[in-house]
Amino acid sequence: MRLLRELFFPVVAVLSAFVVGGIFVLAIGGSPWQTYSLLIGSALWWPDGIGYTLFLATPLIFTGLAVSVAFRAGLLNIGAEGQLYVAAFATAWVGIVFAHLPAALLIPMCVFAAILAGAIWGAIPGLLKARFGSHEVINTIMMNFIAVAMIGYFTQYHYRTPGDPIMQTAPIGPNAHIARLGQFIPGFPERVPLNVAFLLALVCCGLVYVFLWHTKWGYELRATGSNPSAAEYGGISTRKQIVIAMAISGGLAGMVGVNEVLGYRYRYYDGFSDNYGFTGIAVALLGRNHPVGVIFAALLFGALTRGGVPVDAFTEHVTKDIVQILQATIILFVAAEAFFREGLRRWVKF
Amino acid sequence: MIELREISKKFGAVQANDHVNIKVDPGTIHAIVGENGAGKSTAMRIAYGFYAADSGEIVVDSEVRRLASPQDAIALGIGMVHQHFMLVDTMTVAENIVLGAETGTTLSLDLREAEARIRTLSAEFKLSVDPRARIHDLSVGQQQRVELLKALYRHARLLILDEPTAVLTPQEVDEFFTILRSMREQGKTIVIITHKLAEVLAISDDVTVMRDGKVVGRVRTKDTSAAELARLMVGRDVLLHVHKPDAKPGGPVLSVRNFSVTTVEGAKPVDNITFEVRAGEIVGIAGVEGNGQTELIEALAGLIDPRRVSGDVVLAGQSLHGANARHRRELGVAHIPEDRHRRGLLLEFGLKENAILGVHYRPPITTLPGDIFLDDGEIRRRTLDIIKRFDVRPPNPDLPARSLSGGNQQKLIIGREFELNPKLLLVSQPTRGVDIGAIEFIHEKLVKLRDGGCAVLLVSAELEEVMSLSDRLLIIHKGTIAGEVNPTVATAAAVGLLMTRGH
Amino acid sequence: MGEILNISLISSTIRLSTPLILAALGGLYAERAGVINIALEGLMLAGAFTAAAVTYGTGSPWIGLLAGIVAGLAIASIHAVASIRYRADQVVTGTAINILMLGIPGFLSGALFLSSGSTPQIPKEHLIPWTPIVMAFAAVPITWYVLYRTPFGLRLRAVGENPEAADAAGIHVARVRYAGVLLSGGLAAIGGAYLSIGQSSLFTRNMTSGRGFIALAALIFGKWRPVQTMVACLFFGLTEAITIRMQGVVKLPSGEDIPVQFIQMVPYVLTIVVLAGFIGHSRPPRALGRPYQKER
Repeated sequence: MRLLRELFFPVVAVLSAFVVGGIFVLAIGGSPWQTYSLLIGSALWWPDGIGYTLFLATPLIFTGLAVSVAFRAGLLNIGAEGQLYVAAFATAWVGIVFAHLPAALLIPMCVFAAILAGAIWGAIPGLLKARFGSHEVINTIMMNFIAVAMIGYFTQYHYRTPGDPIMQTAPIGPNAHIARLGQFIPGFPERVPLNVAFLLALVCCGLVYVFLWHTKWGYELRATGSNPSAAEYGGISTRKQIVIAMAISGGLAGMVGVNEVLGYRYRYYDGFSDNYGFTGIAVALLGRNHPVGVIFAALLFGALTRGGVPVDAFTEHVTKDIVQILQATIILFVAAEAFFREGLRRWVKF
Repeated sequence: MIELREISKKFGAVQANDHVNIKVDPGTIHAIVGENGAGKSTAMRIAYGFYAADSGEIVVDSEVRRLASPQDAIALGIGMVHQHFMLVDTMTVAENIVLGAETGTTLSLDLREAEARIRTLSAEFKLSVDPRARIHDLSVGQQQRVELLKALYRHARLLILDEPTAVLTPQEVDEFFTILRSMREQGKTIVIITHKLAEVLAISDDVTVMRDGKVVGRVRTKDTSAAELARLMVGRDVLLHVHKPDAKPGGPVLSVRNFSVTTVEGAKPVDNITFEVRAGEIVGIAGVEGNGQTELIEALAGLIDPRRVSGDVVLAGQSLHGANARHRRELGVAHIPEDRHRRGLLLEFGLKENAILGVHYRPPITTLPGDIFLDDGEIRRRTLDIIKRFDVRPPNPDLPARSLSGGNQQKLIIGREFELNPKLLLVSQPTRGVDIGAIEFIHEKLVKLRDGGCAVLLVSAELEEVMSLSDRLLIIHKGTIAGEVNPTVATAAAVGLLMTRGH
Repeated sequence: MGEILNISLISSTIRLSTPLILAALGGLYAERAGVINIALEGLMLAGAFTAAAVTYGTGSPWIGLLAGIVAGLAIASIHAVASIRYRADQVVTGTAINILMLGIPGFLSGALFLSSGSTPQIPKEHLIPWTPIVMAFAAVPITWYVLYRTPFGLRLRAVGENPEAADAAGIHVARVRYAGVLLSGGLAAIGGAYLSIGQSSLFTRNMTSGRGFIALAALIFGKWRPVQTMVACLFFGLTEAITIRMQGVVKLPSGEDIPVQFIQMVPYVLTIVVLAGFIGHSRPPRALGRPYQKER
């Protein structure tokens, strides 16, 4: 019953967003039925559809978790985008500089670099808030732009293969590559970039769950988010918690770098993120800031992104921009849940 | 002037007003009295259009009116001064007064004209205040005058005042009453909400008594007495004194010497205080609210930045210098905070998670490996234990703390703090917003803790409460100790005098 | 370095500041009323796309500008209804609108112009390169006057500082907040329209490229006051002007360009520094981000 209640509004929000999206499609003379059957059908098609859906969901699980952890501490981390860029670059840097090391050493180092870089980039706005009380929302936005500029500089001037017209670094060493799941699953093509990072994402969900609800540290983090004054009263240093939460959040966002660099492109590619950080806000919100919810929300958004491709190709007028419209509308409906609550109350007397 | 007929109002499951009838005659001062939570403020906020009643009607000047917003009330000549002032701190007095009733045109705000009118009103009602001063530079008493001017500026004929004396010193109260009387002389009607019976007898013409959301009596002030009003308010004879054996104090547990707290702005809410609390005694601190009590307790609990605190605090021979809140708890300092919603509880969390706040990080709450994990079984056991011993209702450890009544929330906090087996208990406003039954229960528990050898430092805004519970009573005024009395012999009048004049 | 500081730099600074000033003043109306507006980016995009599309279709930049403003109002009203009426988190709603406005222009241009996110080129005679500049610099004193010298401004500030007090004084808090958010939509949309039918001659995908966020930074840098905010916008416009000019102009002894990325960072780093209180403290309106609802 409790689960049903938790699920009710997110589901209603998603369905409503599809209605709104359908109206958009109708407005330009397209067919919502054709659009949605392409969108959903292609996302569920075995093996490519599902493979890509899971692959595209992977970064969203990480950023969704990142936003959720910060949110549980009462913070809105809209800087996951910057954190994952810095992390992806750091991952590639380690993969390039230490390319000669054996895989058993190099891969953990790369993963560690991703987490560390993301954590540092997240901790800075955390520290600024803890020390000066400046609002994390503004600072994370600013840190996003600084990250992009800074990484752009390093890529352009220091780590680009000479003569390469694309803004990307040199490739990482082959020892840093992580396995694609096609290697383990019979009949699953290896060209689908779904890789071990997806499994790591699921592990992270489990770890975050245990951390938040079954450890004293998670308790302190959530207490800080629920009522900072009471947390202080309970002997919890809320300033410390703010920094810790932002660091964990940044570290989780940084894991996107593992998927992107070690499992997919094998180099840092400038501008690779398809708004993962911002979509992570939607994922967290839709997933009720709970790891399990985050998985489902990320799968939905991954499927939408995957489904956008054939929509672009096989409809006359409808472009894959419909996916962004759907995503934005889902966020709006989930955020303005009171809209449905009030509507529901009018229809059914609780 | 105004009449509430059969007004009912529910907030969630709480019936705040239940068929309330109140009739206020023009040109009188009408007091509405009742315990905290009796529904006085709700009724008057409905009369001011701030809340919408679920049922019932409001009659103004013998006509039934619909008050959908404060604006409607203002148009009918009703003004209200809320318990928490409704002023914009960063703006000037004049800006605050004209807000919503601006002079000039849509395209041009004429503050000069407004200032002139404010000066006239100030003179007429003896409410002197500078229209150009900013609110955050004014004293509480001055801010109250601004609130009154705000209502008068809008041509209010009926003024509703919600607990207007809570923030005033007795001197200021006298002055304030003089102003009210002169307003009545000039034909204004005044409704004053209060729970202080002495004030009711001093100022009002008529009294309406409320209890549990219902009106339980209406009398003429000159025909009644404090005892009768108290009986009506509480619903039975009032227990004026806590039954407690004499204290058998032991050695000093807490000694505070030359203790000061400085704010960021440089003010000194606590200014060079020295006192002692011994084992097995309750030391009360009486004073008008805002004289440093809050800061004193919070500083002793380790909740104020140590850089803003000076002086010595010694707990059972050990200096607390630089110890944070957690460290102090470990040393045996428990704390029942004055504002349980702000400080004491994680309202969204379950009772379980509230029951371990402050001890959540150490065994037996944590478990192996490495004392990182929370032991759910132990937490549940502890919570059920508190629920049982302190009669917390409903007894479900998974319910969010928000769903409990004020009294039960307070009992949960008290239970949690008592679990620490403290050497020293800091307790502020232990019975604020708590129902009568729970008040007695809480008082008994505090006395029992004292008899077990704990040192108790008690702050309360209710003079009766501190006087009846304390073994020794310190009076605080402007951050300094203005005197010490023996509460069994001292009169309320003597204490009141110390509270206002200092030495 | 001397040649950098000349008349053309000043004029390009003014041109580059114009969209920032319009958007930042827009943000000022919303935020002084207590509603966080990180949707400025999306609102600018709404104005930019609609103005370009309608100007192309009708051949009149005035109708285009008007349409852009209407689009800005429409999108802002989504933000307003969600965050005021339904008390949604204002930052989240703003983010949603930014994502929405990445999608809608591409979606519509795909259908209208069979392009992937841009409008066709608009003939030069249909552009308005000057009017928005005048509007931006006129909007500064007007905003100052409205804020400090009209009843509306008084109410706007009161609602952003202490909505309970405003309510008790008989002010309809939600209505004032709606007005603030809608004004921000209209102004930001003009700023966006300037980009597409003033500075350039078509709309391209994500053409604001973060200007909405720089405007937000300028608003904070300007401490939520109109004149200071304009100064901040001019300063940020100047850094952008220098970035553009320095590409290929100033060489290091090694022959490398001075990395423009470092100059691009300046506004963002400065905003962080100002927020931390190193250069005078910037205090937001007290009720900023807090939905207002009393128990009913």
